[in-house]
Amino acid sequence: MERKRIKARLELEDSSVFQGYSFGAQTSVAGEVVFNTSMVGYPESLTDPSYYGQILVLTYPLIGNYGVPESKIVDGLDEWFESSRIQVTGLIVSEYSFDYDHWSAGKSLAQWLIDHNVPGLYGVDTRMLTKRLREEGSMLGRLLFFTENKSFYDPNKINLVAKVSVKAPIEYGDGDKKVILIDCGAKDNIVRCLLQRGLRVRRVPWNYDFTSEEFDGVMISNGPGDPKMCRETVDILRTAMQIEKPIFGICMGNQILSLAAGANTYKLKFGHRSQNQPCVEVGTKRCYITSQNHGYAVDGRTLPQGWAPWFVNANDSTNEGIRHLSKPFRSVQFHPEAAPGPVDTAGLFDDFKRLLI
Amino acid sequence: MNGLPNKVIILGSSALKIGEAGEFDYSGSQAIKALKEEGVFTILVNPNIATIQTSDHLADQVYFLPVTSYFVEQVIQKEKPNGILLGFGGQTALNCGLELEKSGVLAHFGVRVLGTPVEAILNTEDRELFVAKLRQIDVQTPRSFAVTDIDEAVNKACEIGFPVMIRIAFALGGLGSGLCRDESEVRELAQKALSYTRQILVEEYLLGWKEVEYEIVRDQYDNCLSVCNMENFDPMGIHTGESIVVAPSQTLTNREYHKLRAIAIRTVRHLGIIGECNIQYALDPYSEDYRVIEINARLSRSSALASKATGYPLAHVAAKLALGHSLTEVSNSITKVTKASFEPALDYLVVKIPRWDLQKFKQVSKRIGSGMKSVGEIMAIGRTFEEALQKGLRMLENGASGLVLNRHFDVTDIKKELAEPTDQRIFAIPAALKSGMTVDDIHRLSYIDKWFLYKIKNIVDIEEQLVTVGEQRCPCDLLQDAKQHGFSDEQIGRALGTTELDVRQLRRAYGLTPKVKQIDTLAAEYPAQTNYLYLTYNGAEDDLAFLERKSVMVLGGGAYRIGSSVEFDWCCVNSVMTLKELNYQTIMVNYNPETVSTDYDECDKLYFDELSFETVLDIYEKEKPIGVIVSMGGQIPNNLALRLDKAGVKLLGTSAGSIDNAEDRHQFSKMLDGLGIDQPEWRELADMDEAIRFGEAVGYPVLVRPSYVLSGAAMSVASTNEELKKFLNKASDISSDHPVVISKFIENAKEIEIDAVAQEGELLVYAISEHVENAGVHSGDATIVLPPQRTYLETTRRVKKIARQLAQILKINGPFNMQFVAKDNEVKVIELNLRASRSFPFASKIFKVNFIDIATRVIMGHHVPKIDRSAFDLEYVGVKAPQFSFTRLIGADPTLGVEMASTGEVGCLGDDFEEAFLKALLSVGYKLPIKNILLSTGPIESKAEFLPSTRLLQGMGMNFYATGGTASFMQANGITVTKLHWPLSEKKPNVNDYLETGKIDLVINIPKNYQEEELTNDYMIRRKAVDFAIPLFTNLQLARRFVEAISRKSIVDLQIKSWKEYL
Repeated sequence: MERKRIKARLELEDSSVFQGYSFGAQTSVAGEVVFNTSMVGYPESLTDPSYYGQILVLTYPLIGNYGVPESKIVDGLDEWFESSRIQVTGLIVSEYSFDYDHWSAGKSLAQWLIDHNVPGLYGVDTRMLTKRLREEGSMLGRLLFFTENKSFYDPNKINLVAKVSVKAPIEYGDGDKKVILIDCGAKDNIVRCLLQRGLRVRRVPWNYDFTSEEFDGVMISNGPGDPKMCRETVDILRTAMQIEKPIFGICMGNQILSLAAGANTYKLKFGHRSQNQPCVEVGTKRCYITSQNHGYAVDGRTLPQGWAPWFVNANDSTNEGIRHLSKPFRSVQFHPEAAPGPVDTAGLFDDFKRLLI
Repeated sequence: MNGLPNKVIILGSSALKIGEAGEFDYSGSQAIKALKEEGVFTILVNPNIATIQTSDHLADQVYFLPVTSYFVEQVIQKEKPNGILLGFGGQTALNCGLELEKSGVLAHFGVRVLGTPVEAILNTEDRELFVAKLRQIDVQTPRSFAVTDIDEAVNKACEIGFPVMIRIAFALGGLGSGLCRDESEVRELAQKALSYTRQILVEEYLLGWKEVEYEIVRDQYDNCLSVCNMENFDPMGIHTGESIVVAPSQTLTNREYHKLRAIAIRTVRHLGIIGECNIQYALDPYSEDYRVIEINARLSRSSALASKATGYPLAHVAAKLALGHSLTEVSNSITKVTKASFEPALDYLVVKIPRWDLQKFKQVSKRIGSGMKSVGEIMAIGRTFEEALQKGLRMLENGASGLVLNRHFDVTDIKKELAEPTDQRIFAIPAALKSGMTVDDIHRLSYIDKWFLYKIKNIVDIEEQLVTVGEQRCPCDLLQDAKQHGFSDEQIGRALGTTELDVRQLRRAYGLTPKVKQIDTLAAEYPAQTNYLYLTYNGAEDDLAFLERKSVMVLGGGAYRIGSSVEFDWCCVNSVMTLKELNYQTIMVNYNPETVSTDYDECDKLYFDELSFETVLDIYEKEKPIGVIVSMGGQIPNNLALRLDKAGVKLLGTSAGSIDNAEDRHQFSKMLDGLGIDQPEWRELADMDEAIRFGEAVGYPVLVRPSYVLSGAAMSVASTNEELKKFLNKASDISSDHPVVISKFIENAKEIEIDAVAQEGELLVYAISEHVENAGVHSGDATIVLPPQRTYLETTRRVKKIARQLAQILKINGPFNMQFVAKDNEVKVIELNLRASRSFPFASKIFKVNFIDIATRVIMGHHVPKIDRSAFDLEYVGVKAPQFSFTRLIGADPTLGVEMASTGEVGCLGDDFEEAFLKALLSVGYKLPIKNILLSTGPIESKAEFLPSTRLLQGMGMNFYATGGTASFMQANGITVTKLHWPLSEKKPNVNDYLETGKIDLVINIPKNYQEEELTNDYMIRRKAVDFAIPLFTNLQLARRFVEAISRKSIVDLQIKSWKEYL
């Protein structure tokens, strides 16, 4: 099994260096380094547009075990993935499993990374790296090969949503009720969750003004980076709110709805990226295990009158959702569409559907 | 919920047995702690005296009584609890609780079942209810139909879809079952099967499906989450207790993982479980199709494993939920800042491997399959599968150095081993790869997922690279690669042709040392406040700084196995408790997931890792403790003493030199001779002729102990030249490299034991106990009485004197144990162990003097005053009785001998011997009352010896049944007996029929000699008794004492007194 090992390294802005071996494309990259503690779901995570611009560290040490599924387009969406491409800038793991086996697998993770020209590093003490990110906060980093150089690059300084949003509206399904999905970098499973409930989906670009169109409800998707970069989306949403049709936000959608309501958002030290975030429904003893991927959060204290926190994180008490006290406007910071992660809050899509009159 | 209960009774799982081992000490202890935190008064019923849960610092009241409905009812009547926990004592507690519920006892006394309601338990226990209940929510279970004729069988088979399994309901050993691929095969097999029985089962064929488990918790507010999932390395067809298991699952995609998780949560909600449960799935390896196999609505072996694998204290949380708390209110005891309402994220993986002891049994099949045979398990933690697997294989302490580069792990028929696995299958995989088989070939035979096989291939490939290094210095990259794949220094040394120490040196020269990582439940997302640790070579930094501190390392006992079990865990935990009290930082090293010592809140630092020379030294070098205690964990740490000492490790307590003096047979013997202390004659011999000459010289019988065992029993007794020859030829490879030790076997002698602690050579505290059985029954299988009731004062005086002499000459500084044979006041030493022994918890709890606490103080150099002798002047008696697991070991001959066979023990108290003795026997499965007895009392001497007992029984109005010789003997002595024909004869009335139809309440069957191995009539009787759960005595002394006891006492005479009530 003598494999020729190509060395590569990850450099962080605090000048620490992590040596490893390459298993993806041999191309140097730079981005924001973040970690995710999920134990399954790398094909889903890697195609999640919320990771755009980020070098992803997976804390689960064995990655690649079940390969990567073949493409299979169903209803215009690639069944096994969350978007049509790998969104992460780079991938860092402890052990890459060169041999994989699964009935659904079409190729290895390595091959998939190479196909998408994304570098991957294995042989890194990902726990050590994660602890550093936990203590210092998410940092900029660059993944370098040989003598190549690459400047640090902060993706949060630009409007990442504009990079990953659809360029023109797309229609899915033929249900009676029509939902506008504001695509800030939407995971395809949001579309699937709506389609499965018999809804028609019109997926529109982040800055597309749909407010003069016919629709029954609005869903604001997840997406990468700083929500404050999406001024236009916030403005459009404010207009939409006057129509008083049901609105539901997910992740970035939660932040955009909050901004539209007049609340504030801020950057978390190292974010929430995992499948085990406990969220308590405010005022109850009910707690939900949720899938999350966000670096920014809503400051629940800044919610204006008429709004209330809906969910709160049981670990660190950060805001996990807001709701309007009288109007059908709600949003959650976590991912009810899962993929990857637990499907425990999928019922929120049903609740949303029920509101569409 | 109307008010919290303030007085709760908890049922334990009684003695350790196959299928119910130490995990329930762990879960029970956690439950008690959780209840105490809430101010609840706790009452524990558990006769397992060696457990931590029966310690005085845990439950408020402890009853060392049988966990049966009769005794528990009496305790309830006396204590008047208002709540009961059924889920923490395994199937034993659950069954007992269900019986109490059914008979109305719980309702009558106003005892509320806490946690999962009884109805939900019944819905999981009753197969039909279970299937129906799951069908209500569209959850799939394996399809199975009971049919009575061939056409029906064919119809059902077509309905299920081929292939199908045909099985005979309730058949032992898979008799008459088989796989059918089409209609004609169903017709053929159904016809055959229906000739044996009226009803057969046509079942869906799931062999080779992946086997996956989830541990689920749910509170009364309907919060429900999955704490851990696990995947079996050995797929469907092999009991999960017999499988190698990994956590988390390795080969499941996100969709599979979360589909099964969601079904688990849906099912648990539908059933209404409150607390903890385990759900087992079969998952199609070629689609997302699945079946729910079963649900255990209680803490289980898997939940103990999941707790250790994740750091999530399932039992503790389950107890809190049973009291009515919400998951959002219970805190995460590892991070202390987060809550119990989360699902652990692992940044490592664990591998569980079962520990079997099948070679200890006569005639048992080594095949593993749908029944459980393993006696314990280990859990290994690593950051690669290879690392964890190889660690784990070493942890079994079966002589393997890892997966490869082992001595004496040859697989003769690789293909057969892969397809029809025994306990050695894992070793057949590398052998298969080396023989040229591909991963696909191995998968086809074993159904083991190819991903696992690829990982094993990695290990084989590295082995090959190591072996080809040859004379040159092993390159750093390769050495690192090997270490990252779990190779030990010893394995590498073997491949390179150097020694373990050479490799260690080379490794250090390269700067290759393992790194210490924490288990924190959240994959480093939050800092951990506890030190639950493991070592890995797949890391670049230690998670902690090793500040100079006053710390002491305690080495644990490893896997539970025959001969070393929960008692050593008790010793370790108690030692750690005393160390803490003395203000030392405590470091525990152990890897048994079924223990309390591996609970991260018991010590300051827990290294869940190997107890090997290499690992202990690695930890020692990092931690730099004051020293290491090797005398608490039984034989594994004891065996390391000399090597650790030579490597410069500071051992605390008795010196390594003294330990060696006691362990080395020659030195020990010389020392005894010098002191004028007697011992049975022995000789170490290297050839057959010498052995025969020695046997003849000292006179038979002799005890034979080979230094190296190929297969079969390690020790044996030979009564003639022929038997000696036969044994030496079969079981051992006798040569100068592998000599045998033969010693005179003293017949009709008593066996006496002393458990003691000495300080600087001076005897400080001791407990002398006697065996009920004559010498020749392994001390672990003997029934032990404390204080002795039938031993001459002169004998105990001599025993004490010898103990004192040896303590002095060996400068014993800590715990020790000695065994003696005594005959007519003559005392001979058989064994000395300079460590805590199996009976330390028993002695400590009977005397209410904690021997381990004293020993630990002594070891740490604290002066301990001599114990006041009046403490040993008891007004009651303690009896310890063994628990056998022969029912699980299909085919094993349930006799006692020089090899230990019991898997657990109980200890009970009584005002006199009979009371304690009967309580103990009732705790290990003997039943009263008795009306019909089947007798077969062995050779003529024992027939005569048992005659008075027979007369006693006659006086009690018993009905006797006996076969040939025994019947004639009894008739000749004027005793009425019904003569039955031997099992091997066709004649009626036949013993078999009587045993099978419940006409016999007790079997007394005394074997004719020490080495009975043939499939004799007697064996058939004994085996039948075990298979039909009929109490059985095979030891004459034990049977006689039992008869005496029941002639004086009946069950109502057995007092319901708590431990505290014995003063």
